[in-house]
This record gives sequence, structure tokens and C-alpha cells, in this order.
Amino acid sequence: MNPILEIKNIETYYDLIYAIRGASLTVEEGSITAILGNNGAGKSTILKTVMGLIDDQPDKGTIEFNGRRIDSMDTEQIVRLGMSYVPEGREVFEELTVSENLSMGAYTRRDKREIESDRQQVYQYFPVLKDRKNQWAGTLSGGEQQMLAIGRALMSRPKILLLDEPSLGLSPLLVKEIFKIIRTINAQGMTILLVEQNARMALGVSDIGLILENGRFVMKGRSKDLMEDKDVKEFYMGIRSEASAKGYQRWKRKKAWR
Amino acid sequence: MIDFLQMVVNGITVGSSYALMGLAMVIIYKTSEIPNFAQGEMALVTTYFTYMLLHSFGISLTVAFISALLFSFFLGCLLEFTILRRAKDPSILGMIVITIGLEMILMGFVSWKFGAEQKAMPFPITAYDSVVIGDIYISTLELLTCGVVLVLMIGLFIFFKYSKLGVAMKATQQNSTAARLMGIRANRVLMITWGISSVVGGIAGLLIAPVVMQPYMMWDPLLKGFAAAVMGGMTSLPGAVFGAYLLGIVENLFGGYVSIEFKSVVAFAVIVLVLCIKPSGLFARHYVKKV
Repeated sequence: MNPILEIKNIETYYDLIYAIRGASLTVEEGSITAILGNNGAGKSTILKTVMGLIDDQPDKGTIEFNGRRIDSMDTEQIVRLGMSYVPEGREVFEELTVSENLSMGAYTRRDKREIESDRQQVYQYFPVLKDRKNQWAGTLSGGEQQMLAIGRALMSRPKILLLDEPSLGLSPLLVKEIFKIIRTINAQGMTILLVEQNARMALGVSDIGLILENGRFVMKGRSKDLMEDKDVKEFYMGIRSEASAKGYQRWKRKKAWR
Repeated sequence: MIDFLQMVVNGITVGSSYALMGLAMVIIYKTSEIPNFAQGEMALVTTYFTYMLLHSFGISLTVAFISALLFSFFLGCLLEFTILRRAKDPSILGMIVITIGLEMILMGFVSWKFGAEQKAMPFPITAYDSVVIGDIYISTLELLTCGVVLVLMIGLFIFFKYSKLGVAMKATQQNSTAARLMGIRANRVLMITWGISSVVGGIAGLLIAPVVMQPYMMWDPLLKGFAAAVMGGMTSLPGAVFGAYLLGIVENLFGGYVSIEFKSVVAFAVIVLVLCIKPSGLFARHYVKKV
């Protein structure tokens, strides 16, 4: 396994807010890596920094993609190198049809025939989209928009797919469906970096899990091991250890990394 | 009855030049949400450039025309690239002020270079030859204007519907971050938008020039075109054209039957009326942006 994305010690400021305080991360080719964390831990900020969406950031540290430094590159350039990002909250083009949205996903490509076959592939992943291909994307439901956003990101034939909270605002059933697709896409060789709040689902699909708190990674491990970890269980999956004999818990668990 | 028909036809022909200006404004507004008040003066510069080629250099009409269109394309790109893009963290209001400033600079430039007096554009087609259809007179120039609007409309429709660049322009306007994530170079798309819009406006200028040609010639078409675009919803190309024709016809009928002095004013009364009934414009199909 060779690393496709290497983030080394990045520090990111949002204006004056010190959001990422030195985070390092390696994504292996062909794997699913999940970043977990609470609200405001800086999960999305890491992805945005990688994509070059925050001006003049990262402040410190380097990001390498396929052996090339990409920090300080423009978003458009990074996308052209083969990185695709599904933003938090879908961000589909609401007044374009589903099919036009997919075409925009393939904007950087010129091979018409291949694009067409990829479009059919996306329709195969998400049959709903095929039924609605001539509808405006704004008329789709949240789940369908999420599917469209993922499909659109796949249309550029990326080498790595960055997913920002694909489960946001979706019903549990839809979340399951989305994660099933994520696994299918990965099985066909796509490297995926996933940011999630839904720890159970994310650890369920991923190979490697990292836990982010206050802009630092505090834990890293194989997802299977993390699922068994007591701290992770209590703080991220809400599984309490057994209550005491008297029927309530008298002590509060402290996180091992604090 | 013939009077009525004649007035309607006049309205349509007047509306055609409004429609061109309206289209030009809508194209820029569609991608950047800036109402470009320099549109008229960009057209003015193009018109005078053509005049210069024809009159001072004696270049043939076809060549002059083609170079005028190219010139206006580059003028649009240049203004976007050198001035509007330099605005740091622009608000929409700030951008409007910039376009108004540009308008004054361009107008001043034309007045200084060519003088403020009325010029005669050496065109083979004038407003003084007429074609008679039934009992209605249409000047050849007006006929040409109508035809040009029709062709441009269809061309723009096809461009925005089927071409990759056209769809990318719409995408950039709807969500510029997402557009960048698709690898669309948003800045470049915006620049080309200005170019195309400048060409459309320039064509309007060239078609108006045979009738009236002095530095203030684009004022009325610009304002009416803007009004028409607002009436059509500001983002809708057919809306702008429809609004322009409506404006032209109402204006002419009012001028003919009620009072010629208030002819121009009535157009704005119509706009107020339309905006009271349907504030988003007649053709707007805008989604409310979710925050």
C-alpha cells in the first residue's frame, strides 16, 4: 500500500480562529479513512484546507497528493489533479437538471464517450437519479441531492474522493443506503476520505479511523479496534458501560487522551 | 385599426433595441448578480470604434463589423479582468458603483476623442428606407434589428442550454464554490461572460447608430433595457425580451392614444405595476436560496 494523500502538520486559521492545530494524516491508496469528531472539532476544515477552499491556508504544514505538493494550489488545479470533494450540505446546482449537474462534474474531461458511460455508471449506483434526470436538482429531496452530489463528484474520475458528512440530515435508512454505495465505490478501487459525525456508520465502513478534537488528532487506529475502544464507545457511539449495582453510574468516565 | 397595428409594429421595433440591451444585462447578471450600468457605454465605445474604422480608415463594412464584434468581446473581457476582478471583497453595491464609474469614464473618453456632436454612421441600411407590408410601414433598419434579436435570442438559448461553457456559466452563478470544485475556472468564465455580453450590447449600439449617434445615444436604450430585464426577472433571457417588447408596445400605444409627452414615463409606470403584482419579475423561476 502506498500513500496517495499525505497531510503533514497543517495549521489552519479561520480569520482569527485557530481551527486546525497541527494535524497529520496519511491516506493509503484504495482504503477508506474516516475522520470522526464532534461539532466544531475541525473535521470539515481539514477537508476544505486540502481542497484549497480557504484562502491562504494552511498557515503551516504541507499537503502532498500523489507526491506533489498541493498546498498553495488553487481549487481548480487540485480538482484537475484528480481529487474530488463532496461538500457538506450537498451544494448541487439547484437550477440545473440532474443530468446537467453530472455533466458539470465531468467539466475537466473531454472524452465524450467515456463520460457517457460514467454517467450510466452513476445512474446504476443511484437509480433514482435516472428517473429524475431532467428535473432541476433543487426539486430533489435531501437524500437524492446527496446522491447527486456524490455522483457528480465521481464524474471527474477522481483518484481520491473526499466526503464531507454524507449522512447530514438524512433518515437512518437513507444513511444506510449511502454508506452501502460508499462501500461499493470503494470496492471498485476508489480511495475515500470520509468525515463523519455518525461514528458507528463511519467506523463500520472504514479501514482506518481517526478522532479529531479541538483541531488535533487524538486517536488513530484500525476501525475495528476503535469500535471496541471503551472511550470511543462512550463518547462517540453513546454506549454506556454497565450501571453499578445501585442502578446508576456514580462516576464519570474521563477520556484516556486528556 | 391600421393606426393601432402600425403603433404595435413600431413598438416591437423599438422594443428590439431595448431587448438587446436587456439581454446584455441579463447575461452578466445571470453569472455575477451585478447589474452592469456600464453596458451602454461599452456599446458606445464599440460603436465609435466601428465608426472610426469605417469613416477614418475606410475599411470595408464586413471587415469593420467583424473587427467591431471582436473588439467588443475583448473590451468586455478587459474591463472585467483589469477593473472588476481587482475589487477586493466586493459587495454587490460596491460593484454597482464600479460599473457606474466605468460608465462615466467610457462616456468621457468617447466625448473627448470624438466630440459630442451628432455623427452620421456610414451604413448602407438606414432608417429612411421602408418596406410596406399590407398597410404597415417598417424601415429596413427596424426589420434588420428584429431579425438580429431573433437570431441572437435563439443563439443564446442554445448556448446556455446545450454548450458546456453556457451551462458552466449558469453553474457558476448558482454556486461558485461548487463550480470551482468541478474544476470550472470561475474567474475565466466570468470574464468570457462579460465578453459575450459586451458583444450583444455592441450589436445594439451598431443598430442604433444609424438613427442617432452621439455620446448620449445609449442612455435611453440602457435604461429601458434594464427596466425590461427587471420586469422579466433579471435572470431570464426570454423574460428580458418579452419585457422589452411589452415596454415598447405600451410606450407607443400610450404615445399614440393618450399623450406623447409622457411616452417615456409610462414605461416606468408599467414596471412599477408589474413589480407590485409580481415582485420577482414575470419570468423569474428562482429558488429561494437555503442558508
